[in-house]
Amino acid sequence: MTLTPFVRYSGKCAALPRADVDTDQIIPKQFLKRVERTGFGPALFHDWRSNPAFELNQPEAKDATILITGANFGCGSSREHAVWALAEYGFRAILAPSFADIFTANCCQNGVAPVRLSGDGIDELLRRCRAGNGAYRVTIDLEAQRVTDDAGFSAAFAMEPYRREMLLRGLDEIGRTLLEEPRIAAFEKTRS
Amino acid sequence: MTPRTLFDKVWDAHVVHRFPEGPALLYVDLHLVHEVTSPQAFEGLRQAGRRVRRPERTVATVDHNVPTGDRTLPLDDPIAATQLEALALNAQAFGVELFDLASPQQGIVHVIGPELGLTQPGMVVVCGDSHTSTHGAFGAFALGIGTSEVEHVLATQCLVLSKPLTMEARFTGQRSAGVTAKDLILALIGRIGTAGAAGHVLEYTGDAIAALSMEERMTVCNMSIEAGARAGMIAPDETTFAYLEGRARAPSNRDWGRTVVAWRRLPSDPGAAYDRRVELDAAAVAPQVTWGTNPGMVTDITGYVPNPADFATPAERQAVERALAYMALTPGTPLEGLPIERVFVGSCTNARIEDLRAAALVARGRQVAAGVRAMVVPGSQQVKAQGEREGLDRIFLEAGFEWRNAGCSMCLGMNADVLRRGERCASTSNRNFEGRQGAGGRTHLMSPAMAAAAAVAGRLVDVREWS
Repeated sequence: MTLTPFVRYSGKCAALPRADVDTDQIIPKQFLKRVERTGFGPALFHDWRSNPAFELNQPEAKDATILITGANFGCGSSREHAVWALAEYGFRAILAPSFADIFTANCCQNGVAPVRLSGDGIDELLRRCRAGNGAYRVTIDLEAQRVTDDAGFSAAFAMEPYRREMLLRGLDEIGRTLLEEPRIAAFEKTRS
Repeated sequence: MTPRTLFDKVWDAHVVHRFPEGPALLYVDLHLVHEVTSPQAFEGLRQAGRRVRRPERTVATVDHNVPTGDRTLPLDDPIAATQLEALALNAQAFGVELFDLASPQQGIVHVIGPELGLTQPGMVVVCGDSHTSTHGAFGAFALGIGTSEVEHVLATQCLVLSKPLTMEARFTGQRSAGVTAKDLILALIGRIGTAGAAGHVLEYTGDAIAALSMEERMTVCNMSIEAGARAGMIAPDETTFAYLEGRARAPSNRDWGRTVVAWRRLPSDPGAAYDRRVELDAAAVAPQVTWGTNPGMVTDITGYVPNPADFATPAERQAVERALAYMALTPGTPLEGLPIERVFVGSCTNARIEDLRAAALVARGRQVAAGVRAMVVPGSQQVKAQGEREGLDRIFLEAGFEWRNAGCSMCLGMNADVLRRGERCASTSNRNFEGRQGAGGRTHLMSPAMAAAAAVAGRLVDVREWS
């Protein structure tokens, strides 16, 4: 599978100021019966979307491609369907103080950047996003590992080098591992 | 040599290669597969013209979306049926063993792995399911992975992973009567939070852990993910070896002695360093009940619904307010006495034979309260058969519980077993997220004995007061 490389990306932001958003909320179980990787976007945050007050139902969140949210985003179930839903809906990056481990891995397999900023940094972005009334944009520079806006916000972030490389190059992880086939075969010999 | 932890030893023994950017290529001994997170992975293999590298290390079953009532085909749910058919076709095409609906060994993937003796100490075990942490009870490094990683393991028998940190969770002392493994793990999650062990592998140690049976250890390790951990592990010991000896896929008699000698080298060396430690006094743990919408929102059955105002940060206050609104609970309400309409005894956390025995002990000679619907869903068809040999089915049926076929069932409600909007459920499962058991459903997590007692009383009760 080839992915769009994620190098330097500017996009419109939406705010979801909640902590511990679990993957059951991102994509509820009744939508997990598909045998394809597609078709999940319309069901993103299905149960919450029935509430008119839900953050992503607001006009200012329309067409956003960067989600700013709370700590421990993507906790719970390992369902990659959560990332497929976010990506198909249009999100290319999630900004949060922290992410669940499996969710982080799933993001990077699908070209969605999980960008971890400090709690203060996220609070500031949430403030700016609210004040921007649907016009707030940031730029995520994965090479420089920095998030900026055009009003002076600038924050560095760290990402595991391997995952960063995957995103930067839109890497097919399987193809890459299969280059190590002789090592895998040799390893198996030592164990039989 | 530097003393190593159990996790270090398992990790070191499986590193095939270290990538220059840091992570390791880790060899996988056992890959468990189910119908919901695998179809896209097999399809990916097909499109790339790849094969399953080690079909003999890959085992599939159906559990997430299967009906627990009538399981004759065709299923009522055509989309679920498509997923089951896809797995059957994929298993056949790629040479993977499948325990399907017709198999007497079918069951929840984390119940049948140990039951068949597939899960063994020192292994690396993966599955496209977060509760794969269950298998860590045997001293395996067992972790949940996403579907892209499932495809990666199918194609390469390896996983690319940066080495997680380690965290020791020591349970000292002895738990008191009526307090179960479920209460120990819920108490820990209540203490450290749902992200408390993120990035870490938990190793559970201490007298209260050593005293647990294998099934109880599985309950503890199962919920490691609910503390955010990459995995949970318990050192293998005589309890582990006794459980495994003679199981269908455990090492044969000829190899048994040699294998156990190797397994005995796995426990953490004296003085091994953990990145973090936490200690809990098991004697101080009471039966636990969740009141909110994640497993960290938990307290003693003798406790009260908390007041948002008592929490430190605005974010916490807001989260608690949201949870109480969803759960329709008022601050200060005692948890004991809270009326419930549904009871679920099941899931990879608590649907093994000892769990069913504990629930049956409470249900025996009693009746499910009027207006309560209570379900018992065995973790596997083998657990079901064992329960029937012991007469547990009769006890449950006479008490007014439903006795169903094996599957994940109302733990996640992918099949017809769901809560209706507004229903309150005493559940032995692992997640009380909004809508987890059905849109608008309200879940309180607890042990099997507590759930059975709630079914009889029609409200949450302290099982310690029941003989």
